[in-house]
Amino acid sequence: MGENLLEIKDYCVTYTVDKINSYAVNHINLSLGKGETLGLVGETGAGKTTTALSIMGLLPKYGVKTSGEIWFDGQQLTGMKEKDYRKIRGKRISMIFQDPMTALNPVFRVGDQIADVIKIHNPKLSHGEVGEKVDEIMKMVGIPPERKVEYPHQFSGGMRQRIVIAIAIACNPDLLLADEPTTALDVTIQAQVIKMMKNLQKELNSSVILITHDLGIVANFCDKVAIMYGGEIVESGTLEDIFDKSLPHHPYTIGLFDSLPNITEKTDRLKPIKGLTPHPSELPDGCKFHPRCPQCMDKCKSGDNPELYIDGTHCIQCHLYSKGDK
Amino acid sequence: MAEEKVLLEVKNLMKYFDTPRGMLHAVDDVTFKLERGKTLGVVGESGCGKSTLGRTILRLINSTGGQIFFDGEDITHVSDAKLLELRKQMQIIFQDPFSSLDPKMTVSQIIEEPLKIHKIYKDKKERDKRVIELMKIVGLDERYVNTYPHELDGGRRQRIGIARAIALSPKFIVCDEPVSALDVSIQAQILNLMMDLKDQHGFTYMFITHDLSVVKHISDEILVLYLGKMVEKTTSDRLFENPIHPYTKALLSAIPIPDISYKGKEAQVMKGEVTSPIDPPDCCRFAARCPLATDKCRKECPDFIEVEPNHFVACHYWDQQPKEEKA
Repeated sequence: MGENLLEIKDYCVTYTVDKINSYAVNHINLSLGKGETLGLVGETGAGKTTTALSIMGLLPKYGVKTSGEIWFDGQQLTGMKEKDYRKIRGKRISMIFQDPMTALNPVFRVGDQIADVIKIHNPKLSHGEVGEKVDEIMKMVGIPPERKVEYPHQFSGGMRQRIVIAIAIACNPDLLLADEPTTALDVTIQAQVIKMMKNLQKELNSSVILITHDLGIVANFCDKVAIMYGGEIVESGTLEDIFDKSLPHHPYTIGLFDSLPNITEKTDRLKPIKGLTPHPSELPDGCKFHPRCPQCMDKCKSGDNPELYIDGTHCIQCHLYSKGDK
Repeated sequence: MAEEKVLLEVKNLMKYFDTPRGMLHAVDDVTFKLERGKTLGVVGESGCGKSTLGRTILRLINSTGGQIFFDGEDITHVSDAKLLELRKQMQIIFQDPFSSLDPKMTVSQIIEEPLKIHKIYKDKKERDKRVIELMKIVGLDERYVNTYPHELDGGRRQRIGIARAIALSPKFIVCDEPVSALDVSIQAQILNLMMDLKDQHGFTYMFITHDLSVVKHISDEILVLYLGKMVEKTTSDRLFENPIHPYTKALLSAIPIPDISYKGKEAQVMKGEVTSPIDPPDCCRFAARCPLATDKCRKECPDFIEVEPNHFVACHYWDQQPKEEKA
């Protein structure tokens, strides 16, 4: 195990717009070791992207309140000065954005966009050396280096996402945040990109946080999983902890799995979770999931968050498994 | 009679777009029959002509060649006046519930628009009654009747789109990726709703999607398209049991399965990307990415042949491929 590369402790983010508070992230705890991959799973509005932006230090400056701590390799990131943050961002922590169509600048050549990151973090490199590095990185993501003089619109969606990945890995980051990197892509291209990311991750030995809503990709790619709902991590553990159906699970996790159409067996009807994900400004009292939970009890409807049920690496935040009253 | 059973028949349908760089073959020689009350899933990657096919069938865009028969009638070139009549019977649910609803109209205005255009009810009162009834059918709470689309989430918006499509009790609905913009838990709700509606009202669906697990769930038959060409067509069970075309196989193996017992099994990753649909060469269009391609594939266009009862494939080597090993 050893040192944890990333440690998030009791972290909260609240956005305030027009005097309405949105509780995007609520008291989350996460840790990630070197070379580990974590799948952060949840639906729209669960707080996945806010968590990632917090780690990157890219939250908007105004209208945001945060509390708690984020530690990265022995340094505290929360409250760090922008000047210091810049030395980490892009070099030691970098991010792959969801939409390759908008993440690139349309008026710069892709080679220049990759070179930008390298130049900023290695100011001593000569022009030629930067060029060599760009070629090398483009080869790593499977794009012929001759294409570096082209503009983003000349690439297909899958290729553009490879360039976004190239920019993210340009400085061999220790931690890579991938925010739904394949959602905008076709299945066959998605398979290519995931395979490439897997190989790169092995090669560079980076830690990866993969944000997704696709449990299929998580099963393929990750070592650890954290399931988010209403800004909280409702269940976390190793891949086996989460995907083993014989173990206890949070009702939301069960609902997520049941909502997926299964291609391996025939089912007549899907079993969706009833109701809708609450907006972060209107989170219910008690357990955030209780209005949609099929096993809701009286004590779920108010009061503090349920205690964590802990079994080795497996944590569930649900009254069903709280100690003493099964 | 068999004639009666078939609701929609498409013969050699073609749609080419004239672009500055040449002819773009969006839909090329597509032929199929769809029986009443059945669901045809149309699968393929972006740019393979799925949506164009759906829109051409509905005559939202005019075809370049071929024929469309709806309810025994050739509708390929019917007049606009006749088309208006037809619209009562064929409708579409769009992919994106964010851009397919007019932001300046309230929910009730959106749902009642088709009723108004076709003058189904005499007065506003009756229309309003029908709107409320429709909202109930699709599971929208009555209190949303005067809200605007931007106030609602994706799942509810898609329900509005569905209510609008079924307002005229059509026979045939083209569903153009109706759930791909939604979250998984909402996606399951909408899929269940659509299947219930089909059972209750006897709709016939053409379900366009790129998500194979969804298509298996909802379809009776599946048509796989690649660059506008039909690649494989069979019943949904058969396609998943015994895919024959290399493209179908690659598509199936690319689906990430949410089960860790599959971990470690390297998915066959298909090389390359969809080639350009502009002036495609007269050969197998998949040849450039196919692991089995030979010179024959690069020269001749394979026919779409029936290799077993109700299982059609367009591949020169359908009988010589290694059998799919059973898991």
